[in-house]
Amino acid sequence: MKLTVDGLLVYFPYDYIYPEQYAYMLELKRALDAKGHGLLEMPSGTGKTISLLSLIVAYMIQNPHHVRKLVYCSRTLPEIEKVLEELKNLMKYYEKSQGEIPSLTGVVLSSRKNLCIHPEVSREREGKLVDGKCHSLTASYIRDRNARDSSVPVCQFYEGFNREGKESMLPYGVYTIDDLKQYGADRNWCPYFLARFAIIHADIIVYSYHYLLDPKIAEVVSKELNREAVVVFDEAHNIDNVCIDSLSVKITRRTIDKSTSALQQLEKTVAQIREEDAARLTLEYEQLVEGLRDAALARDADAFLANPVLPDEVLHEVVPGNIRNAEHFLSFLRRFIEYLKTRLRIQHVVQESPAGFLKDVASRVCIERKPLRFCASRLTSLMRTLEIPDPSNFSSLTLVAHLATLVSTYTKGFTIIIEPFDDKTPTVSNPILHFSCMDSSIAMRPVFARFQTVIITSGTLSPLDMYPKILDFNPVIMSSFTMTLARPCILPMIVSKGSDQVAISSKYETREDVAVIRNYGQLLVEISSCVPDGVVCFFTSYLYLESVVGAWYDQGVVASLQRHKLLFIETQDSAETSFALINYIKACESGRGAVLLSVARGKVSEGVDFEQHLGRAVLMFGIPYVFTQSRILKARLHYLRDQFQIRENDFLTFDAMRHAAQCVGRALRGKTDYGIMIFADKRFSRADKRTKLPRWIQEHLKDSLCNLSTEEAVQICKRWLRQMAQPFTREDQLGVSLLTLQQLQSQEQQDKIEKQVIQK
Amino acid sequence: MTTSSEDVLLSVSYVRYKKGDGTLYVMNQRLAWMLENRDTVAVSHKYADIKTQKISPAGKPKVQLQVVLHDGTCSTFHFVNPAGAEAQAKDRDQVKMLLQNLLPKFKRQIDGELEMKSRLLSLHPILKHLYEDLVISKVINSEEYWNTPTLKQYTESNNIKQEAGVSGAFLADIQPQTDGCNGLKYNLTQDIIDAIFKTYPAVRKKHIDYVPNKMTEAEFWTKFFQSHYFHRDRIASSSSKDLFGECAKMDDQAIASAMKHTTLDLTVDLPQFSEAGALDEEAEREHAACSSIHRNMIKRFNQHSIMVLKASHKTNSSNINNSGNSNKTNNNKVVENGMKETNGVAEKRPAEENSTEPPDRKRRILEKIHYEDLEDSNTNESVQELKLSKVERYVLGAAAPAAAPGGLTPPVSALASVCQAWAGGARPLRASAGAAVGALGELSPGGALMRLHSAACMHQLIPADVKNELQRLYLSAGELLRELWRSLPQPTTAPEEEGAARAAKFYDALLRFRNVKLRPFEEKMLRDLTPLATSLTRHLNQMIDTACAKYALWQQRRATLR
Repeated sequence: MKLTVDGLLVYFPYDYIYPEQYAYMLELKRALDAKGHGLLEMPSGTGKTISLLSLIVAYMIQNPHHVRKLVYCSRTLPEIEKVLEELKNLMKYYEKSQGEIPSLTGVVLSSRKNLCIHPEVSREREGKLVDGKCHSLTASYIRDRNARDSSVPVCQFYEGFNREGKESMLPYGVYTIDDLKQYGADRNWCPYFLARFAIIHADIIVYSYHYLLDPKIAEVVSKELNREAVVVFDEAHNIDNVCIDSLSVKITRRTIDKSTSALQQLEKTVAQIREEDAARLTLEYEQLVEGLRDAALARDADAFLANPVLPDEVLHEVVPGNIRNAEHFLSFLRRFIEYLKTRLRIQHVVQESPAGFLKDVASRVCIERKPLRFCASRLTSLMRTLEIPDPSNFSSLTLVAHLATLVSTYTKGFTIIIEPFDDKTPTVSNPILHFSCMDSSIAMRPVFARFQTVIITSGTLSPLDMYPKILDFNPVIMSSFTMTLARPCILPMIVSKGSDQVAISSKYETREDVAVIRNYGQLLVEISSCVPDGVVCFFTSYLYLESVVGAWYDQGVVASLQRHKLLFIETQDSAETSFALINYIKACESGRGAVLLSVARGKVSEGVDFEQHLGRAVLMFGIPYVFTQSRILKARLHYLRDQFQIRENDFLTFDAMRHAAQCVGRALRGKTDYGIMIFADKRFSRADKRTKLPRWIQEHLKDSLCNLSTEEAVQICKRWLRQMAQPFTREDQLGVSLLTLQQLQSQEQQDKIEKQVIQK
Repeated sequence: MTTSSEDVLLSVSYVRYKKGDGTLYVMNQRLAWMLENRDTVAVSHKYADIKTQKISPAGKPKVQLQVVLHDGTCSTFHFVNPAGAEAQAKDRDQVKMLLQNLLPKFKRQIDGELEMKSRLLSLHPILKHLYEDLVISKVINSEEYWNTPTLKQYTESNNIKQEAGVSGAFLADIQPQTDGCNGLKYNLTQDIIDAIFKTYPAVRKKHIDYVPNKMTEAEFWTKFFQSHYFHRDRIASSSSKDLFGECAKMDDQAIASAMKHTTLDLTVDLPQFSEAGALDEEAEREHAACSSIHRNMIKRFNQHSIMVLKASHKTNSSNINNSGNSNKTNNNKVVENGMKETNGVAEKRPAEENSTEPPDRKRRILEKIHYEDLEDSNTNESVQELKLSKVERYVLGAAAPAAAPGGLTPPVSALASVCQAWAGGARPLRASAGAAVGALGELSPGGALMRLHSAACMHQLIPADVKNELQRLYLSAGELLRELWRSLPQPTTAPEEEGAARAAKFYDALLRFRNVKLRPFEEKMLRDLTPLATSLTRHLNQMIDTACAKYALWQQRRATLR
C-alpha cells in the first residue's frame, strides 16, 4: 500500500499494516526531520525492519539532499540476511508500482570468510585463516613479486577486480551475500573487495556492528562514509557491551609467549633484510621521517571518521624518533612485553588507572607515553615493509601493540586489572591483564558526532532512559511502542513457589537448595506435559545449568522429562550446540516435542528465534544477573556511579531484566504466534523488577499472575492454550491489530495511534 | 462319534496331540483326531477352515504336521509311530498328500478382505464389541456394519504400516528392583532391547560380536547396565576391560560425522553468527577442553536425544517414501500422525530433509520475513490431510499404562463418534473462536454446564463391569445414531429415495437396539443398582429419543410433501 506519513509518501510492500508500524514510522520521520538521534523500542515480530526500511528509503528518494545514505547495522549474520531480503522485497514493490526499480544500490559487507569465492581459500572455515590466506595472495608486495615472477600465486579474482572493477559501479539493486558472490563469479571479480569498494557509493549498506564500532575495523572499512547518513543499530539492546568489548584488551600469559616468539621472528627477518636489502628499511625510515602524512593524504582527509584509537593528533604528528628505526622499534616492543611479563608475575589482584600504569612503565623500563601511542601504526608499517605474508600469526603481537596505543591514548574511562588466577580455580596460576573499557560512550561518540541521525532500536530497550545515559547522547525522540493484539497471545507469569509452597529463587543463598532445584524440575516437567511442541528454558549461567542438570538426574527429573519430550542442552561448544539445535527443531517439527535447556547471555539467547511451535513456552529460571563478583564489573559500576549518577543496583537490575526480556521474547515472533512466558523466581514480582520489563510484556502481566505456584501456573496454561488453539483469522485482527489503508486514514484511528506512543 | 454320513479316507494311529496319544482321521469334510480309547472327537477342523498345512523339516527328531486355520490358530500333530522315524515320516506324508489334494477343493473364496476383517476385529476390542452388539444381536446386518465410516477408517488407512518410534525415556523406564540381598534386578523386555538396538547401533554391534560366542545374553546385559549407557553420571572408561568403553567413542564419532555432514541452517549456525570473534573462539575451546562429569552428562543427554530422534526418523522416512509414492496422484501430502494446521495462521512446516531439492540455508530466513497477516493472499493452497492409522489413539489420547481401564472413556468415545459424524457430513457453519472458547469454559469443571453433573461421585459409585457395559452401549448407540443422522437428508438438498430407505433401516435398527440391548440393561440396573438406574441411561435415552423424534418429524414432512 502507499501511505502518507506526515506528508511523506511511503511505499509499504504489504496490503495491510499494523498500527504500531505506522506509529513507528511517524516517530522515525520526526527524527529524520530534526536530523537528530533516536531511541525506539518496538516488540519483535511487529515488522520493525520493514517499517524502518520503507520509511527511510522513501525519505531518501524524496529528500536526496538531506539523507544520502542508510547504514544499517545488525548483530548476527542471519539478521543481516533478513534485512537484505526485506529490502529486496521493498525494491520489488517499488518496481511493481513504479515500473522501474528506484535508483538505489543496497549492498552488504561481510567478512572474507563469507564472501570469498577463491576455490582454495574459501574452503577454510575459520575467519582468521581465510583472512591470512587472502592476505598472502593479495598484498601489494606479493602482487609486485608476481609482476616480476609469474610463478608467485595471486588471487585471480582480486586481479580481475583490480583491473576492471574499480571503474564500474554496481547496477542499481540490492545485493545479498549470495548475489555478490554470483556477481563476482560472473565477472571474475573478488566479491569481498567489490563490496568494500561498493560501500563508498552505495546508498544502503547493511553490515555488522563491528564495522562501525570496532575502531580497528572501522578505520579500514567505514572511514569514507559521509555525514548525511542515517545509521540504524538494530537489536541494539546490547550495544553498550559491544562498544566496551571493542575497546577492551585481555592479555594472558599465552598472549605474551606468542608475541615474544612473533617478535623474535620479526627480529630475524629484519636482520636478514638488513643484510640483503638495507635500502628497503632506509626507505621506510625516510617515509616515517616524512611523517604519516602521505598515509593521511591517501585517505580523504576531510571525510575521515574520527577514530578513537588514532586520535587526530597522531595523524598530524610524526612518528617519534626513537622508534623510527626498525631495530629500535623492535627492542622497544621487547621492553614493553618484558614489562608486561613482570606485571603478570603477581600474587594478588592489582587495579590501577592508565595514568598510573604509564607512570610505572616510564619509571621501570623508561618508555614514554608518546612513542607508546604510535605502537600500533608503527607495527603495521613495519609489517608492510617486511612483507609478512600471513599477518594472522602475529595477532598476539598486534594485540599488545593495540594495548600500548590504547593505554597511552585514553586516561579516562578505562581501568587496568591484573588478576593472578581465576576466581573459580584459585589454586591454578593463570594471570590475566584486563585493560577494560568502562565507558560505552567512548566508542559511540564518534558515530554520534559524525552522522546526522543515529537510530537505536530493539524489541527490548526498557527502561529507555538508561541508554542515553550510558551512551552519552541526546536523543530527539525516545519512544516505546506496544503491540496491539486481537487476542492475548502472550501469557507472562511469575511463578514464585513450587507445589510444596517453598519459594523458588536463584538467589545466591538458595540456588543450591535441593528443594528449589526440585521445584524447578517439577515446574518444567509439568509444563512440558501440558504444552505442545517446543519448550525452551533459560538458566542464569552455564555453571548453574550444569549443576541443576546433575541434580535433576539424581532426582529422576530428567527421566520424567524424557517421558514427555526429548531433551536438548546448550553446551559451551557452539558447533555442538548448533547440532543439538537443529535436532531440537527436527524434534519439534516431527511432532515429538522437545525441551531445550539454555543459558541467558549465551549464544542461543542472543541469536536464535523460537517462533511458532519451536517455542510455545519459555521458562526463565532465576534472574540472570551478571556475575557480580567480577572486578571488571565492579570497576564499571563505580565508574557509572561517579560519572553518570547511575546507582549500582539500578544498573544491575536493568542489565538482568533486559536479558530476561530478551530470553522470553525469543518465543514470540509475530502477531499470529503465541507463547507462554514463565518467570520462575520470587524476586520477579517485586516492583523494581517488574516495571523494568518491556511495556508489551508488562501489559499482559496482570497482578493475578504475579505470585503463582506451580499448580496454578499449569492450570492457567492449560486454559490459555485451549483458547489459543482456536482458529484465528484475519477478520479477528482487522481493525484492532491490523489495518487497511482506509482504516488507517480514518481520523479515529489516527488519534488512537497518536495516543499509543509513549513519549519520554 | 463322527457323523454317520462321513467317510474316513485315512486313519493314522500313534498321533500325539497336546501330549495325548490318539488317532488322526482324514475324512471327507474334515480332519479329526480322537484320543486313544475315547469315542469323542477331540479335534475337528473343517477343511474349509484350514488355511494351510506345514510339516517339520526332514531330519528333525520330531515328525510333525501342523495345520493353520484362517483365524490364526493352529494345531500340531506329532507322529509317534513306534516303528521308528521312517514309519513316522511315512504316516505323515500320507496325511500330507491327502490333505494336499483335499484342501484346494474346499478352499472357499476367501478373499483377503474377510481375513482382514477378522484380523481387525481381533486386534481392536472396541470394534469387536461393536460387532457383537450390532451384528450378532442382529440389530444391523454385517454389510451395513462394515460400511460405516468408523470401520472404513480402519479398513482403508491400515494399508500404511507405521512403526512406532522410540520413547525418549526407554532407559529411564527400566526400573531396577532390589532382590533383597544387595542385588538389583532389571527387567528387560523385547521392546526395550529393540529400542536399545535401534537407538544405539554400537551396542547392537557389540551384541552381535559377543553373544553368544563370548558371553551369554544375561552377562551382556549385566555389563550393559553397569556401563555409562545406563548410568549417565559415570564417565566412560577407555580401558579395554569395559565392554562399552569404545562404544562411547563410536557414538562420538557417529555424531561428529553427522555434524560434519549436515548443512546447518543459517538461523542456527552459531559459529557463523558473529563477524569478529577469532580470538574468543580460541579461549572458548580451551575452556571446553576441561571436562567434568556434568559436562559429560550433558553431552550424553544430547547424544541420546539425537539418536532417539534418528532411530525413529529412519523408520519413518522410509514410510513417508512409500506413502508418498502411492499418493502422488492425489497430490495430497500425508503427514503421519501429524496435525493438519487448521489454524490457518501457522506456517507450513518445512518438508523433511529427504526432499529432492537441495537444502536451502536461506529458506528459514525467507520464511521469517514473511508476514502472512500483512499480505493479501487468501489462496488456500495444498491443504494437508490428516491421516491417522490409529483413530482411537488420536481421539482418546495415548492410553497411559497406569490409568484404570474405563475411567471417563464412555462419554469420550461417544464424543468421538459425534466428532466423526461432524466431519463426515457436510460441515455445518463453524462456530466463532469466541463462542468456542466460551463453550469450552462452560464445559470445564466449574463451568455452567458442569454444575449439575456430579461426575466424580458417579465415577466412584458404578462398579467396573457396569461401566464397561455402559461404555459398550454408548459406543453402539453412537454408531447407530450417527448413521441415522447421516441418512437424514440435508435441509437444502432434495430428499432422495435411497437416503430415505437407509434412514428407515437405521431407524428400525435403532429401535431394535433399544429393545434388544438397552432395555435388558436398564432392567438389570433396576435390579442391581436401584438409586442410579434411571440416571445412568437417561442421556442415552435422550439421544435416542431426539433422533427418533427428528425421524418422525421428517417422515411426517415427507408424507405431506407427497
